[in-house]
Amino acid sequence: TSQHEWIAVHQDKTAFVGITKYATDALGDATYVELPEVGTEIAQGESLGSIESVKSASEIYQPADGTVEEINTNLEENPGVVNEDPMGDGWLVKMKLGEGVNVEQVEGLMSLEQYEKTLVHDD
Amino acid sequence: MLRTRVTALLCRATVRSSTNYVSLARTRSFHSQSILLKTAATDITSTQYSRIFNPDLKNIDRPLDTFARRHLGPSPSDVKKMLKTMGYSDLNAFIEELVPPNILKRRPLKLEAPSKGFCEQEMLQHLEKIANKNHYKVKNFIGKGYYGTILPPVIQRNLLESPEWYTSYTPYQPEISQGRLEALLNFQTVVSDLTGLPVANASLLDEGTAAGEAMLLSFNISRKKKLKYVIDKKLHQQTKSVLHTRAKPFNIEIIEVDCSDIKKAVDVLKNPDVSGCLVQYPATDGSILPPDSMKQLSDALHSHKSLLSVASDLMALTLLKPPAHYGADIVLGSSQRFGVPMGYGGPHAAFFAVIDKLNRKIPGRIVGISKDRLGKTALRLALQTREQHIKRDKATSNICTAQALLANVASSYCVYHGPKGLQNISRRIFSLTSILANAIENDSCPHELINKTWFDTLTIKLGNGISSEQLLDKALKEFNINLFAVDTTTISLALDETTTKADVENLLKVFDIENSSQFLSEDYSNSFPREFQRTDEILRNEVFHMHHSETAMLRYLHRLQSRDLSLANSMIPLGSCTMKLNSTVEMMPITWPQFSNIHPFQPSNQVQGYKELITSLEKDLCSITGFDGISLQPNSGAQGEYTGLRVIRSYLESKGENHRNVCLIPVSAHGTNPASAAMAGLKVVPVNCLQDGSLDLVDLKNKAEQHSKELAAVMITYPSTYGLFEPGIQHAIDIVHSFGGQVYLDGANMNAQVGLTSPGDLGADVCHLNLHKTFSIPHGGGGPAGAPICVKSHLIPHLPKHDVVDMITGIGGSKSIDSVSSAPYGNALVLPISYAYIKMMGNEGLPFSSVIAMLNSNYMMTRLKDHYKILFVNEMSTLKHCAHEFIVDLREYKAKGVEAIDVAKRLQDYGFHAPTLAFPVPGTLMIEPTESENLEELDRFCDAMISIKEEINALVAGQPKGQILKNAPHSLEDLITSSNWDTRGYTREEAAYPLPFLRYNKFWPTVARLDDTYGDMNLICTCPSVEEIANETE
Repeated sequence: TSQHEWIAVHQDKTAFVGITKYATDALGDATYVELPEVGTEIAQGESLGSIESVKSASEIYQPADGTVEEINTNLEENPGVVNEDPMGDGWLVKMKLGEGVNVEQVEGLMSLEQYEKTLVHDD
Repeated sequence: MLRTRVTALLCRATVRSSTNYVSLARTRSFHSQSILLKTAATDITSTQYSRIFNPDLKNIDRPLDTFARRHLGPSPSDVKKMLKTMGYSDLNAFIEELVPPNILKRRPLKLEAPSKGFCEQEMLQHLEKIANKNHYKVKNFIGKGYYGTILPPVIQRNLLESPEWYTSYTPYQPEISQGRLEALLNFQTVVSDLTGLPVANASLLDEGTAAGEAMLLSFNISRKKKLKYVIDKKLHQQTKSVLHTRAKPFNIEIIEVDCSDIKKAVDVLKNPDVSGCLVQYPATDGSILPPDSMKQLSDALHSHKSLLSVASDLMALTLLKPPAHYGADIVLGSSQRFGVPMGYGGPHAAFFAVIDKLNRKIPGRIVGISKDRLGKTALRLALQTREQHIKRDKATSNICTAQALLANVASSYCVYHGPKGLQNISRRIFSLTSILANAIENDSCPHELINKTWFDTLTIKLGNGISSEQLLDKALKEFNINLFAVDTTTISLALDETTTKADVENLLKVFDIENSSQFLSEDYSNSFPREFQRTDEILRNEVFHMHHSETAMLRYLHRLQSRDLSLANSMIPLGSCTMKLNSTVEMMPITWPQFSNIHPFQPSNQVQGYKELITSLEKDLCSITGFDGISLQPNSGAQGEYTGLRVIRSYLESKGENHRNVCLIPVSAHGTNPASAAMAGLKVVPVNCLQDGSLDLVDLKNKAEQHSKELAAVMITYPSTYGLFEPGIQHAIDIVHSFGGQVYLDGANMNAQVGLTSPGDLGADVCHLNLHKTFSIPHGGGGPAGAPICVKSHLIPHLPKHDVVDMITGIGGSKSIDSVSSAPYGNALVLPISYAYIKMMGNEGLPFSSVIAMLNSNYMMTRLKDHYKILFVNEMSTLKHCAHEFIVDLREYKAKGVEAIDVAKRLQDYGFHAPTLAFPVPGTLMIEPTESENLEELDRFCDAMISIKEEINALVAGQPKGQILKNAPHSLEDLITSSNWDTRGYTREEAAYPLPFLRYNKFWPTVARLDDTYGDMNLICTCPSVEEIANETE
């Protein structure tokens, strides 16, 4: 997304959400990751949680409608993982996409190539 | 007509002072036209400055202890020198070049004071006369959140009245603030221990706003989905009022229940739309909810993940079971009765504690334990990312300044008394209350005690056909006692630390109880009911057991104070904070009993002194701001912003324009602006700034047009947060008005405007003033503040009222918004400070505060611009001058390894507090010297900055010496015990004494640079426990 969240969807409509390397680099060392409770329904664009460093706090926005199935509890103890491996072990939540949500068609989502292009523009 | 009056004025001036005759006459012959116009306006010439500064020995009417020359730093001859470095010969010409002609109004001030101001002794006499009109010897048993207390004299003199404590700033530079950070940590420890909750903050504004924060925290935890909030009927009335104010913008429905009917209450709480509940413990009528009821309330709420909040009293909690025991998630209240005078309602420190899970959600500042570069334990403000300056409109609270000074008084009170001492005070209060309660319950008494449980408060239904009015009258006339009328036949009273046996005897007589000796001989000090009694040991930490003799306490306070840099050490050039003189004469009245022993709910005929003082201050502040009405209720800048916006919304609503809910805010605004707007239920739309720092008027117009239907207001700081007098301000105001929006001018930078221009003259509708910036109230190490809002006439009917007492200056009516603070006039006790400042400067002197503030900052900028890049005032810009502050740009060095924070920390080695760091532009320092610094001090600071520039150059060039910046500040311990001095690339001497003056005047940072990340990852916000210390020593 333009807000630097990523979403990876599996066949069964479960999806992982995290934030991009560009975003974690910009934030600096994460000191705390706030995540929603399992079972919460969150609509696209609503706040999913936040990531805090010593100097900043950034909201994370839900990329597509869905219900939280699992959260990455490892981040409670080790928020630094978000910096080390934002696109892998630093995932934030696993969720079940809402009925009728087709990621290919959700407004505001971009492919990796499209996203990287926007970064070039940002610079 | 004009000509005659002006000539007459001139004549008078020449008659009075023959020395001025020559210069005046000469000017007049050269520019007769312009002088005529200027004399009608406020005179800000260098000649006038000399006249104000130098005593006139021929005039024996005027004593020599004039104030303006003590408040204003540079002498007339220094002013001349400073002007010369910038190419000017007169102050007036300098200001005319600095302030755009359409802005510079010079409307003469009409202050209720001698035109040259009171002299210092005159001021004290004048204040004493006013003060004596307050009934301060009456015994107040009114209670309701405000209680008599004994401020231990050792704390009064060495903390509350000590400039080392009251002139310091919020401890954002922890290396030179370890003293008050320790005192605040003690405060948090007290709160955490007594409430039983692990995380406490370092104070909030008052009990009412703390309750508001608890409600909004509960609401936010529900992701703003649960729109009902339940409150106990038995909350203090003023707390309810503030809750209603805070609930309205979010459409939260407040449901009042009677928690003594526990079944019904629990049913209401089980509703999943309820985000939380606030009960008072002990309640406003004195009763204490049984443990079982408390448990049922919390269970009902927790069954659907909502929160129980408890408003409590720290004194009672020294005996009472802590609310955490029953599952409370939030506990709040006032720490006033721990040594802080009632002061007609404030300032007092509210406390706020939460369960672990909420530690990232707690509002306000938290002191946390971290370590420094050398691994030594050190304190700092923790988790700042929660706060408005980071989160802006996403922040869940707009709180900024709190009540640090008063929190420190309260924590020191606990250190001095220790747990035993506190419990003795509590037991005595309980015992005396019980004597009275048992006497009233005795058959011989015609009245009926309503509350069957109590700590210090009794509510009494009157018998024998006596009305409350009659009883209050009798108590006052015969015994000089104030009680509280609950309704026409019910009264209540609360005893406190100051209550004596004689007082209880008198109270027994008030209630027609005979045989008083029979009751007075009873001792209830060990009879606190077991079901309510706490069984744990409180305040076990060492600090509460070591300083009980006055000698030990004096030394403890002195030790803490000597670790902190305050205005008693050197200038604190914090941009946007205006750290000016807080003069001794201004400060003296605040500990006079005539002002401090006043309960906010005393009847208006007993507070005529306050009435006179506040009425006159209101008029003066209206004259200064060019407005028609004012509310002194808001007790912090952020609170002022909130009040202003709520008043605007109330006005729009009365016009049927409730749908207007968009607030335009420039991106350069202070973080409290968007946070306050969000709290007032407004949608924030940012407005861009241009490359040169000025407001983007095109963008403003576009946004205003785009949102024309919903536009409620714009919030603009003037001069801008960049310290610039933007010529386009009036145009901006016109644009917003043309689309139906109201204009809020943030008064943070008012110190550049006084007597020269004003928010009212510029066309704004509301502004707030930071009395703790522009009008000399000290910063107190992070509060108290004072932040009245001034308004145009159309907004006056909407100014906040008070639910318990009438506003003594006649504010408030049917259109008024509910209270924004617990007390009718907010932090009333500190108002004499601003009053005295204004009256001692006078019409003629006060404008020079702004003039000299701008002279000082431009002089410094001129000296520094050859060494540093200055933001916005440079060759790229059309502006030649900054206003009262300017920004040093250090961003170009970042790639080379030097950051603004390195310069800030290195300044500590030179004995200075850093300027404002990273606001309003990251990677920069904003310098504001104020008018109170003299030329020598300005030069000393400039010399330090220039010397640091050489160190920057060394680091950029890759020389090892440059590391001196990265290792700064250098504590004594670093100098003495570090073993790596051979390899540092610089000497100990270079570290500690980079300039010669430091050998004579050196302030030592007590610790090395703080590790911020460590502190935020390992939050500890209470004193280490006995066990932890034991483990450490093992």
